[in-house]
Amino acid sequence: MMEYIATIGLETHIQLNTNTKAFCSCKADSWGDVPNTNICPICTGQPGALPSTNQAMVEKALMLCLAINADINMDSFFDRKNYMYADLPGGYQVTQNDRSIGRGGYLDFLMDDGREVRCHIHNLHMEEDAGKTKNEGDIRLIDMNRCGVPLVEMVTMPDLHSADEAATYLTRLRQLLRWLGISEANMERAHLRCDANVSISPKESNELGKKCEIKNINSIEAVRTAINFEIERQIREINAGRKIEQWTIEWDNDTQELRKMRSKETAADYRYFREPNLMPVHISEEFLESVKLKMPELPIRRRERFINELGLPAYDASVLTTEREISDFFENACKIYNGDNKRVSNWMMNEVLRVMNETGCTVSELKITVRDLADIIQMVDQKTINTTTGKNLVDMVQKTGKRPKLLVEEQGLGLVSDDAAIRDISAKIVSSNPKEATSYQNGKESLIGWFVGQVMREMRGKADPEKAKEILLELLKKN
Amino acid sequence: MTELIELSAIEQAALIREKKISSVELLEATLTQIEKVDGRPGSLAPYVEQPEDLEKVHAFLLITREHAMAKAKEVDRKISSGEPVGPLAGVPYSAKDVYCTKGIQTTAASRILEGWKPSYSSTVIEKMDQADAVLIGKVNLDEFTFGGTTETTAYKPTVRNPWSYNRVPGGSSGGSAAAVSSCEGAISLGTDTGGSIREPAAFTGIVGLKPTYGRVSRYGVIPFASSMDTIGPLTRTVSDSALVLKEIAGFDPRDNCTVRVPVDDYLFDLQKGIEGMRIGISPDYLKITYLDDQGNYATAPVDPEIEASVWKAAEVLRALGAEIIEDVPMSNTKYSVPAYFVISRIEAYSNLQRYDGLKYGHSTQQSVKDMYDLYYKSRGEGFGYQAKLRLLTGMFASQEKFYEKYYRRAQRARALMRRDFDEAFDPNGQYRLDGILTPSTPSPAFRFGDAVASDSLLIQFADQFTTPMNFAGTPGISFPCGISQEGLPIGLQITGYDYCESKILRTAYAYEQATKDADWRKMKPAALR
Repeated sequence: MMEYIATIGLETHIQLNTNTKAFCSCKADSWGDVPNTNICPICTGQPGALPSTNQAMVEKALMLCLAINADINMDSFFDRKNYMYADLPGGYQVTQNDRSIGRGGYLDFLMDDGREVRCHIHNLHMEEDAGKTKNEGDIRLIDMNRCGVPLVEMVTMPDLHSADEAATYLTRLRQLLRWLGISEANMERAHLRCDANVSISPKESNELGKKCEIKNINSIEAVRTAINFEIERQIREINAGRKIEQWTIEWDNDTQELRKMRSKETAADYRYFREPNLMPVHISEEFLESVKLKMPELPIRRRERFINELGLPAYDASVLTTEREISDFFENACKIYNGDNKRVSNWMMNEVLRVMNETGCTVSELKITVRDLADIIQMVDQKTINTTTGKNLVDMVQKTGKRPKLLVEEQGLGLVSDDAAIRDISAKIVSSNPKEATSYQNGKESLIGWFVGQVMREMRGKADPEKAKEILLELLKKN
Repeated sequence: MTELIELSAIEQAALIREKKISSVELLEATLTQIEKVDGRPGSLAPYVEQPEDLEKVHAFLLITREHAMAKAKEVDRKISSGEPVGPLAGVPYSAKDVYCTKGIQTTAASRILEGWKPSYSSTVIEKMDQADAVLIGKVNLDEFTFGGTTETTAYKPTVRNPWSYNRVPGGSSGGSAAAVSSCEGAISLGTDTGGSIREPAAFTGIVGLKPTYGRVSRYGVIPFASSMDTIGPLTRTVSDSALVLKEIAGFDPRDNCTVRVPVDDYLFDLQKGIEGMRIGISPDYLKITYLDDQGNYATAPVDPEIEASVWKAAEVLRALGAEIIEDVPMSNTKYSVPAYFVISRIEAYSNLQRYDGLKYGHSTQQSVKDMYDLYYKSRGEGFGYQAKLRLLTGMFASQEKFYEKYYRRAQRARALMRRDFDEAFDPNGQYRLDGILTPSTPSPAFRFGDAVASDSLLIQFADQFTTPMNFAGTPGISFPCGISQEGLPIGLQITGYDYCESKILRTAYAYEQATKDADWRKMKPAALR
């Protein structure tokens, strides 16, 4: 059977997390708000109202351009895309057509198997969102809260060759958007929307097959499933001797099905022309420099640095760079701890991320501070507390908001290294467990761990386990 | 003493400030004048012409009597209690009905906006309110400003020229021009996208100022072609225009195209005179250039009386110390009408897309199949003939396949036109002009119906001398310079460079002062006789 290679390009719409809309001062994010409450004469297309460009939108779009190494148009234009629809109150969408803020560029990302993929970007432009249409029986309901919300549309080149690559690209894009702080990038809330163009061609062929566009894919898992289904469908079609037709396909997430929407689009004429109400978007050298200064180290660079400079294993470096806040937390803890970074990484991944998982909180909501983590690790190192106590302390700090040293003091969690106290308890344990003591002496030496455990339990974890082991070995030998 | 209503805004404001008259008194005198000369207001009801309609002005669509009375009383109260008041305190004014007025019907003279009351006022209306001027009503215009005669309004009867009732008042600010000319308020706010302030001002013997694009905020003014729409006053004197401009000009965060260039003290500057100013005259503004049946450029002379008045005015200005520079080439003027046609139609079409019968205004009462049928019927009923014509031509010209042929080419022509102005006004160039003197229109006001029925080039190209300034973005002022043998006013235009309103106002003022005792200035419009 013929082997096929898939070619995929993604069109993403990214909702920028500005406070206000693209061209008016209405609140931009209306999640959970009553329909038609964040609206004004401008975003509802009242006669005579005029748009004004939101600088925050330009700044955030510019940050994305810089992050993907795009060519920046220092003068870009807004255009009108003309069409009439009830959720487009002005009768045209303000967008950027032939001279957008960014062109070209690429996003590099790693696949799980360590393979690096470079996906080129075709173009990146700013535009306003339309409203939401909801059909209820015969009635069409329009919510204009979303009218004028700022979006960046970012279109990739056909550089992706599997559903996995497409899903990973989106995961990395989402990570990047949050890392830059320019979008909440929540796909379920449509902050990040994705359409996928999918085609297949025989492996040795240089020509691309006819593409189909899948619309309305609203999660990363759905992207993976929908693209896989579509690749399978296209292979089935070809194997059955049929030709691929250029379809627009809708992904139904409820039934997990692809559904044909229409055949090759009758190309709509949007009659683009310059939006005369807005001046060109001019990016001055000063503005560009100021935005460059605000740019954080990007995740892929930071991951490399964690490996090369902090000596982390690749896996740790990946986990600790999924979110900017996590990686900042980790790195700051390393600075304070000033010791083995891998040790901080272990505590970070095993304890801090666990607490975040269990409580569902974000880094900024953590009660445990960078210093707290460093203090806890240091107390364990200095045997002021044992590892188990250290782990419990992480939870206790998160629960109480008290500093770990204070908790150790208040609750007497410090290790007892007083020989006499441990010796008393150890003697008691050995004498009250003669059967186990005999077994040990008859050669079942692994029981030493059990004895240590008993002593620890009796002393509620405060004994220095090394010390206890030492004393127990001595006592058991004596007998 | 001249009647109160015949005084200029500056004189009226002075009397009020000096407590010689009250604001309420002036308002009542103005309302009485409206009652006397205006006749019934334009309406959407089926129009049956009555004999009395023929001898009235019909400038107003709506008189905001209560609103005006409240404002006039507030001004009087402020003055009597010694509170500071604005420079236009107590002066009644009207606004072309494309200015959004909060809570007050705003029609754009179109059925499609039937019953609409905006929830906001335009920036300029707010500024006039801050200057303590008194809004007395909204005046008629061509539907969505599409026209040069005010005949395309959906609100009938349409406006008549106060000088001669069987002539058009010009347009699209025809209501504004007629109102000011017949002393129904000393000021009216108009809009000018291709000559819509200057042409009616010329046709009715008053002053009309089109400022530089970006000088005055367009926020809250219903657009025609957004890259050319400008906002300005129509007044009877040059100083009144200077004063109003000072009040309404300036940067507005709500209009991205306004600029932070400082606003001059136009009124004060008038006194500086024109000694040493360089005023140009261009042969390209003394003839009509058009495409003949074969598609070749052909020319036709302007009305001889009008050309003569240009040269006569040049002599007056020369006598006042200006240097007259003849033969300034403005050779790209000929592209103005066709290129203007393309760009204005495309922008107009797009600007009309929001009128869908859903959100505001007229919605069809017929049964509809679906959303598109609702659009089709509501828009079919709501838009008048001229609006539909512009929509269709705009849709045609904006097709993607014609982008290069029409829109791009028109933009290039626009750049060429702009270059003519840049070169003429270049302070280091050959001409180094401060202003260019041109006719405002190729002929005086024409008869009703002639704009569509007549094949006169002077009528078809009535806006050839005014659209270039909208295209280039430069300011222009039309001011009266005489009365034709037929008894119709003649207007001249001075155009200047970007943000040089002060210079063109000075020139027009110098002319006005030098000719203030001329015989023709003693003639009054029929409405005032």
